[in-house]
Amino acid sequence: MSKKAVTKTRSLSVCHGSCCVLAGARDVAAALKAALKENLPGARVKVKKGRCSARCGGGPVVTVEPDGTVYTGVTPGDAAEIVKKHVAGGKVVRRLAAKAKVEPGPIPALGESGFFKDQVLIAMRNRGRIDPDSIDDYIANEGYLGMAKAVTEMKPEQIVAEVKKAGLRGRGGGGFPTGLKWEICRNSPSCDDKYIICNADEGDPGAFMDRSLLESDPHSVIEGMIIGARAIGATRGYVYVREEYPLACDRVIKAIDDARAYGLLGESILKSDFSFDIDVVRGAGAFVCGEETALMASIEGKEGKPRPRPPFPAQSGLWGKPTNVNNVETWANVPPIALRGGAWYASLGTARSKGTKVFSLVGKVKNTGLIEVPMGTTMRQIIFDIGGGVLKDRELKAVQTGGPSGGCIPADMMDIPVDYEELARAGSIMGSGGLIVMDDETCMVDVARYFVEFLEDESCGKCTPCREGITRMREILDRIVEGKGKRGDIELLERLAFTIKEASLCGLGATAPNPVLTTLKYFRDEYEAHIYKKRCPAGVCKALIIYRVVAGKCTGCQRCVRACPVGAISGPRSQPHNLDQDKCIKCGACYEVCKFDAIAGDAIYVE
Amino acid sequence: MVCPCRQTRKVSSLERLDPLKLKKLHNELRERRSEEVTIVIHMGTCGIASGAEEVLQAVLDVASEMGRSGVVIKTSGCAGLCSREPMLTVEVTGAPPVKYVNVDPAKARRIYSEHVLGHQPVSDYAIGVGCERIH
Repeated sequence: MSKKAVTKTRSLSVCHGSCCVLAGARDVAAALKAALKENLPGARVKVKKGRCSARCGGGPVVTVEPDGTVYTGVTPGDAAEIVKKHVAGGKVVRRLAAKAKVEPGPIPALGESGFFKDQVLIAMRNRGRIDPDSIDDYIANEGYLGMAKAVTEMKPEQIVAEVKKAGLRGRGGGGFPTGLKWEICRNSPSCDDKYIICNADEGDPGAFMDRSLLESDPHSVIEGMIIGARAIGATRGYVYVREEYPLACDRVIKAIDDARAYGLLGESILKSDFSFDIDVVRGAGAFVCGEETALMASIEGKEGKPRPRPPFPAQSGLWGKPTNVNNVETWANVPPIALRGGAWYASLGTARSKGTKVFSLVGKVKNTGLIEVPMGTTMRQIIFDIGGGVLKDRELKAVQTGGPSGGCIPADMMDIPVDYEELARAGSIMGSGGLIVMDDETCMVDVARYFVEFLEDESCGKCTPCREGITRMREILDRIVEGKGKRGDIELLERLAFTIKEASLCGLGATAPNPVLTTLKYFRDEYEAHIYKKRCPAGVCKALIIYRVVAGKCTGCQRCVRACPVGAISGPRSQPHNLDQDKCIKCGACYEVCKFDAIAGDAIYVE
Repeated sequence: MVCPCRQTRKVSSLERLDPLKLKKLHNELRERRSEEVTIVIHMGTCGIASGAEEVLQAVLDVASEMGRSGVVIKTSGCAGLCSREPMLTVEVTGAPPVKYVNVDPAKARRIYSEHVLGHQPVSDYAIGVGCERIH
């Protein structure tokens, strides 16, 4: 419906119930008529006498039809505004609009319990609120104001100083102070270009912070990069994002185009003398390309393999020029710091870890999703308050942090505050922010084997300790979960881990043994059970499970007889069944279908 | 899928901004944003994978049947709680926003008629009312 048509058909109903009349409804009606005559001469907008609107405490009440907007406490002085803004302009006069009746009863307040209660947003400040494809929506939410301030009002040194004061540290895993990193790159001599890179090569299994940030708020990353470029003196930036994130790629490319059209990116930004532009480079999804030197090689069109440091990227990076690499989340934190100052940011967090951290909470937890919490929030708060506890209310065993490079933190350490230092003390790392919750049905040896196998696949093969060492570790772990573990295997794993850590070229190798080392540290008994007792306490490793019929519990219902794919179970109805160990392939089908675990434990149980 | 709000809203002409024009645009856009009933369909990868596109279609359908005067229908990214997607947020001017979880097309139609048009939140599908804490 066109605006004209709406204006024609709109009418104003002034409540003429006795309360509203006493409150001055007649004067309001007269004022509305006068305002209509003055502002919309000729328009056939009716002012009607309405019936009691049952908002007797808030009179005089005016309802705009057909929109249904209710204005309360209207005075004759408001008439002109209602006519001009709403009747003619179609916009609600917010200050007069009646509050919608929201029953507080059945719907809990978001901030009082559950998933959203303990979360505080900085990097994800616009999540779920803005349309990621609309630059206008971003600008409406203070978008690019921080950049405008940084480009027009601040000297580059001041920007660096604010980021230093904020105490922002690299959110990609390393935790290197961002302000210091920028300063080193800024002071690095270069005859012409310097580069900055946004590392969006997110590869940890179970981690999706970077993808979600780029998908839901691409402009915040772009704005952060422009501010960083201004501080460092960079002329060009690259967003290195994996091809397997199609939505993130599309949205960030659209965002860059829109920013350019507004003059927020490209030649003379905001009509100043500062120029900077960003390109998107799509990676093929190799885990090692998250390592900064491998990432830069990939941008240059070479094989994605790391090189020794020094020289560090700040001295000689992309095409031999000083380069600064930061992760997606780090960049997204920069605009509010520029706008509100470093002290504002540093007011959240712990002594040495400031601000908030985004985690992807996954695994055996009730509420899976993306969370942002202040540094120093305890692991228990994250898993039990935000996450809602372990799935099926089973027992918590451990939390894996930091992906394949990280480690496991056992259930009895859940009260540690989550920051860079505390996680390192526990033998793990912050990493990019994956949190995988594990329950008592998770076998820690199997978990370690999974991560080592992942890293074996992803190792680029350039240096021997990583290429050969990880493969040997995987072979030993394979042996252990197959029930062929030998005395001395644990010690051999520890020796290998030490060598790989010390001698590998890049971060991938240097952190690869972490999953094995932390599981050995906290769950050594599980390794020993596998090797010496040939048992898997969690009942995961097939080679170590024996399925047996417990004669006292079996009712002879024959469900398992039908479920067994290899005919290993036999027996007449109503009598305890027989399970032929020679035929059993340990698929667990009988265990799954047995109905009597709820009544008297498992008729077929795992030894 | 293009966010439907841009089909109805005048997109400001993309001219090159200077600092003053940027601030002016920010103020204009903020004002406009605060004056409408808004229904947001959360469409990150997680939302889309669990059926957010069907939900969006249902909202657009019911809007064309029942009217969308004064209503902004828009899409955004992930709302955070991936295990309860698809999610919707409805904000009626003057009232705190309400978040809905595990929405399907039928639930979306009910939310549209009762909350978006009738201003009565549907407590059966809502997870919470209020804004998230932004530092």
